[in-house]
Amino acid sequence: MTKPIHSLALASAMALVGNLAAADVTLSVLIDNNAETITAFDALTAAYTAAHPDVTFETEQRPGGADGDNIIKTRLATGEMADVFVYNSGSLFQALKPEQTLADLSALASQANVVDSFKPVVTSQDGAVRGIPFGAAMGGGIYYNIPLYKELGLSVPHTWAEFMANNAKVAAAGKVAVAQTYGDTWSSQLFVLADFYNVLQADPNFAADYTANKAKYATTPAAMQGFAHLEEVFKAGNLLNPDFGAAKFDDGMHMVASGEAAHYPMLTFGLGTIKQNYPDLVNDIGFFAQPGEDAAHNGLTVWMPSAIYVPASSKHMDEAKGFLDFIASVDGCNVMIKAIGATGPYLIKGCELPADVPPSVADMLPYFQTAGLTAPALEFLSPIKGPSLEQITVEVGTGIRSAADAAALYDQDVEKQAKQLGLPNW
Amino acid sequence: MSARQRSPYPYWFIAPAAAIYIALFLVPTIASFWFSLTRWDLFTTEFIGMENFRQFLKEPQLINGLVNTVIYAVLTSGTKTVIGLLLAVLLTSGLYAQGFLRTVIFFPVLVSTIGVGITFFELMHPTKGALNLGLAAIGLPKVGWLTSPSLALYSVALIDLWKGVGLATLIYIAGLASISPDYYEAARIDGATRIQQFRRITVPLVRPATITVVTLSLISGLRSFDLIWATTKGGPGFSSDVLASVIYKQYQAGFYGLSTAGNVILFLLIAVLVLPLTLWMNRTEADQ
Repeated sequence: MTKPIHSLALASAMALVGNLAAADVTLSVLIDNNAETITAFDALTAAYTAAHPDVTFETEQRPGGADGDNIIKTRLATGEMADVFVYNSGSLFQALKPEQTLADLSALASQANVVDSFKPVVTSQDGAVRGIPFGAAMGGGIYYNIPLYKELGLSVPHTWAEFMANNAKVAAAGKVAVAQTYGDTWSSQLFVLADFYNVLQADPNFAADYTANKAKYATTPAAMQGFAHLEEVFKAGNLLNPDFGAAKFDDGMHMVASGEAAHYPMLTFGLGTIKQNYPDLVNDIGFFAQPGEDAAHNGLTVWMPSAIYVPASSKHMDEAKGFLDFIASVDGCNVMIKAIGATGPYLIKGCELPADVPPSVADMLPYFQTAGLTAPALEFLSPIKGPSLEQITVEVGTGIRSAADAAALYDQDVEKQAKQLGLPNW
Repeated sequence: MSARQRSPYPYWFIAPAAAIYIALFLVPTIASFWFSLTRWDLFTTEFIGMENFRQFLKEPQLINGLVNTVIYAVLTSGTKTVIGLLLAVLLTSGLYAQGFLRTVIFFPVLVSTIGVGITFFELMHPTKGALNLGLAAIGLPKVGWLTSPSLALYSVALIDLWKGVGLATLIYIAGLASISPDYYEAARIDGATRIQQFRRITVPLVRPATITVVTLSLISGLRSFDLIWATTKGGPGFSSDVLASVIYKQYQAGFYGLSTAGNVILFLLIAVLVLPLTLWMNRTEADQ
């Protein structure tokens, strides 16, 4: 009977000594309010505190999207940023003035673990790496319902024409062929953004020419295709869910997972929603890259994950860097896989995915395993993404505006963004 | 003479209020005129002259947004004034359960606009919303209240009317209470009908309330944003965009200087529309 009491007393005595030896530090952490981010950070911070009892965490959440952008920018500009925060990589990272506001993490020991392809999207213009990857790489493409595909005898399409033929069969069977969810306007952009692998196949210099004000959507036939596809799906007349104007992202994921719809164009993080809300449907959805014109060039447009940064203003720089070293280690990666599973490859060397990944992840991995079958989305190759794209794609997807007109309007939107960024040649 | 002009209180009594007004209103207003002339990303500012105004004025959705703003403001202000007056007359006529009905009419004013917007977004859902289920139940076709580009703005104006008419009614009830009953009594003795009494006594004498209602509802219509954002976010596409939502989107995109330039334009637009209106309405009041 006395034994547990002894060990308890010993433990608290040791804790006391520990407290005296190293001053306790509370790291503040700012994360987005996505359910997976919260779960992953709960696990990461708990694991880190277990190994380093002198470091505790205070986690704060922020909304995603444009409201989140403004919170991040305001807090960085006023020097009120948390010690560690999560934010997008790529063009949004560049908009934070990283040279002034973020700590240089080039010398972080764990950078050796980070896959090289990730580093450019968190490297500021002065060449310093300022972030580490948070979570799995994502693909942009089309979720499909596996039982419905089996029932109708369909196979995964490798060209857009095959995709539309599948859609026609689904519609003939009385099901929704393509779920669209313009109640969340951002989700309307997928057909355009996820077509970028196909754009690069036809025009390998598009990203550089576009940034240099030489290539336009309206005058580049390959770049026009995304808008044209969106128009085609609407004009077919019988492919969409009746509430496409008001449905939201969650509805879209549920429709494709439950078999109410055959397809839903989306980023692969969508699987997280199914895991959270409809875990028994996880094995019913598969995934394929958005098909282009040519079956010989069928590949995936890839989104880099968000990154974790430390602001230059942090008062606990060493502790924050220690925490980041843990996150970018194989151990940290495994903590995340255990907490939220895998929606795609993690960008940490030596961090293996479990063998029993859900089918939609298994569908996605082969693209990553063969060289040349993936290409980054445009927002990781160019700092310019027009802010009104989601309204313009809603217009095309709702039949308000033609594809050609939309591409020209988007070019104007892009011009505005480039001018606001003060880029040369614009 | 000079004793009457000079206030018995020292001027520094207004200092606390003035300090707050200067810090929270005057300084930001003046600063915004400066920032509207810069390319501003919160971290750095670069003076670019009138470039923001030029960019904002050639914004493809601006004309559409301006037209929508005016339609929305005139429509909500007009309907609130007319329906508010009629409701006020009804609710001062000694109706059964008058106090309760006044509360019911006024209640939506107290509810948060965002809450109202989210509620109506669900009520007006094209397939699952109560409004369309109701229409379908009596055999009518479903309506794309917020998803049809030609209808969305009017649906939001309808919600605004539902939410805001209570305030107009309340102001009118106060206005009606200040009309002496003697006029009505005299009119009745002269054999005036109810309609005649309304046209010849109520409408002219309730004018101060009308001025308040029109001014308040027109200004709130012109800068209306929260309800539109909560229901349509200016969509589908750009079809229910108003000036304020066009400005907010610039801010969302991180174009802080451009967005500030838009606010300066909105400020001027409201001033240009409301100032002459107020002067005109007050002058015609003084003439009578």
